[in-house]
Amino acid sequence: MFHIPNIRTLAAASFSAAILATGISAPAHAKDAIKIAVPAFLSGAAAGPFGVPARNGAEMVIDAINAGKLPEPYSAAGFAGAKAEAIFIDEAGGNAKQVPEYRNLVQKRDVDVIAGYISSGTCAALAPVIEELQRLTIFSTCGTPRIFEEAPRKYIFRSMAHATADSVAAAHYVRTMFPDSHSYTGINQNYAWGQDSWRDFDLTMQQLDSEAKPSEKTQFPKIFAGQYGSEISAMSLDKAEMVHSSFWGGDLESFISQANIRGLFKKKKAILTVGGTAAYRLGKKLPDGIILGARGPYGILVRDRDTALNTWFVTTYKDRYGTYPSGPSYQYAQAILTAKYGYDKAMKDNGGNFPDQDQVIAAIKGAKFESFSTTVDFALADGHQAITENVYGITKYDSENGEPGVTDVKFFPAECVMPPDGETSVEWIKGGMKGAKCN
Amino acid sequence: MDFNTALTILIDGLEFSSYLFIVSVGLTLVFGVMKILNVAHANFYAWGAYMAAWLIGRWTNMGFSEGSTFLMIAVATIVVGLVLGYLVERCVLRYMYERDEVVTVLATFALFLILEDAILLIFGVDPYFADQPMFALGSIDIGGITRTVYGLTMIAVAIVVGIGLWLLLTKTTWGRLLIAVIHDREMSISMGINVKRVYIVTFILGAMLGALGGAYVAPTISVAPGFAVDVVVLSFAVVAIGGMGSIPGAIIGALIVGIARAIAVHNFPQVELFVVFAVMAIVLVFKPEGLFAPERSRKI
Repeated sequence: MFHIPNIRTLAAASFSAAILATGISAPAHAKDAIKIAVPAFLSGAAAGPFGVPARNGAEMVIDAINAGKLPEPYSAAGFAGAKAEAIFIDEAGGNAKQVPEYRNLVQKRDVDVIAGYISSGTCAALAPVIEELQRLTIFSTCGTPRIFEEAPRKYIFRSMAHATADSVAAAHYVRTMFPDSHSYTGINQNYAWGQDSWRDFDLTMQQLDSEAKPSEKTQFPKIFAGQYGSEISAMSLDKAEMVHSSFWGGDLESFISQANIRGLFKKKKAILTVGGTAAYRLGKKLPDGIILGARGPYGILVRDRDTALNTWFVTTYKDRYGTYPSGPSYQYAQAILTAKYGYDKAMKDNGGNFPDQDQVIAAIKGAKFESFSTTVDFALADGHQAITENVYGITKYDSENGEPGVTDVKFFPAECVMPPDGETSVEWIKGGMKGAKCN
Repeated sequence: MDFNTALTILIDGLEFSSYLFIVSVGLTLVFGVMKILNVAHANFYAWGAYMAAWLIGRWTNMGFSEGSTFLMIAVATIVVGLVLGYLVERCVLRYMYERDEVVTVLATFALFLILEDAILLIFGVDPYFADQPMFALGSIDIGGITRTVYGLTMIAVAIVVGIGLWLLLTKTTWGRLLIAVIHDREMSISMGINVKRVYIVTFILGAMLGALGGAYVAPTISVAPGFAVDVVVLSFAVVAIGGMGSIPGAIIGALIVGIARAIAVHNFPQVELFVVFAVMAIVLVFKPEGLFAPERSRKI
């Protein structure tokens, strides 16, 4: 039986024949789906406070993008029209596990984008592997400045400010709010994150305050130590007026619980640069008066920020997961949004055709766009490292609504707390933070 | 160093030593009797902590007072020690008694991994808080700083455990049987001692001590997956310093580690991690068997 071709088939055949005849290469075909791998701690001590909220944030935003339910200007469904299949993998297990896992994602599972990673150690270990395997990877959370200080990167982006911003902003906040406090001690985990955080805070304090008096007995307990009885005693005996800590996860919650009952927070002002992750989990048990950060404008510090994107994010998250989103939820959502921004812009730049990886990379490089709670500006490291503003506040339980809250919230512009392009964090701080725009 | 600092170091050291002793004495008891280096001892600690935190949460939600939550610590200790200890001994370890010690260590390591994952399956990844017992007892000022009364009770619990074990081993028939098995298993069998039963009871007792360590520390920490690994590493250091299988060794080892760590935290915090293992290395250089290793009878 004969089948008469319809007009569309004939047109398509004619178009194809014309292309073949003229030797013009065909544009990239539209894709129905892309694969996005989302590594986060799904087991171990960091899973509850970090990994699970991070995973939830990514999952919620991927689902919304696939369904075309994000608010404007991101309401177009999909990533350049392609729906994303999310592959969640566990970041636990250390670098020896994560490096082969990454290879597996790229070489066997052929994912298009990897968006995530919390641990600075993992990010540092993966950076050369990513460049070798040449797959677009967006670091969402890990803080070490070394990623782009050690070598230029083509395939790696980081969609939030690095750790220097947290420490510099903390010092600015302390100087603004408590100008009469000059002495400080610290308790930070004994690995890159804790040591770098203390170093940057201490250096910045010494730049901002000519009377700064750091303690000679700052504490560096092992990560996941869990018990800080001796450290709390030592800090209680120390004459310093403030305590700085970049503790996170279970360590942070244990420390708050142990220090609270021992009255440390009544004797000294505590600065918890990642304290925001514990706010909703501890609820009423989080003492009032703590200087709280969330590694940027995320979580409890921006819960009431009145923008369409933020309102959508907070309400959708609370409806879906029964709690407010914390910092990691925002940070992972921001990394996913970076991918969407890159795909959509690259498609537009490509004349409406589905872009290849290089075109997506070119679209993200140097981009500046609105995320859920802040502006993301890929201003550093040849357009691969984002700068974002930072914020601190002071905890105050809202007994009327029965939920934790913050007062005296102060935002610091990205250009105030991040070093300029081409300068390392330590050089910039030691040099007096030249070029910082804080007003 | 002023008096307040010295007193603080002493109390910090004793608190930490007490906690280490409770966990490590179970480890050393099992090794002394059964010659098993039980890596899965960390699981008893972790399960004890999780069970206590879970029970305390449920108990409080049912409207019982904070003070009564201590009962849940005891329940968690007994349940985990009896059930998990019995299952591990009957289902795995009894098949290992005739095998090489290395095989046994590997088997307990496999058990450790399985039971760690079982925690994730049953309790999930969210940390548990159960600080009601700590807040029930409140705090007290000693030497110019505030301490939790709960932390001080840890010292009392360790003393009770130590005296209890000493009485058990020296003043009861069962204790004498146990010492006989420690000294010579074959001879004990030939004398009619039911060594299998001694093994089961010893292992359950060791498991209960591990669980007690976890259950008692649970109210002071965020009970999170993987938190037990470091504790068992420290326990191994305590046992190595004191001598494998020696209960007085566990006491001295725990005191050395606890006090050395407290001195480091207060005076040289940058070497706090190093100091515990430095002490262990120094002891092992001069006494490779540990300070109080039980004497071994020579067999011909």
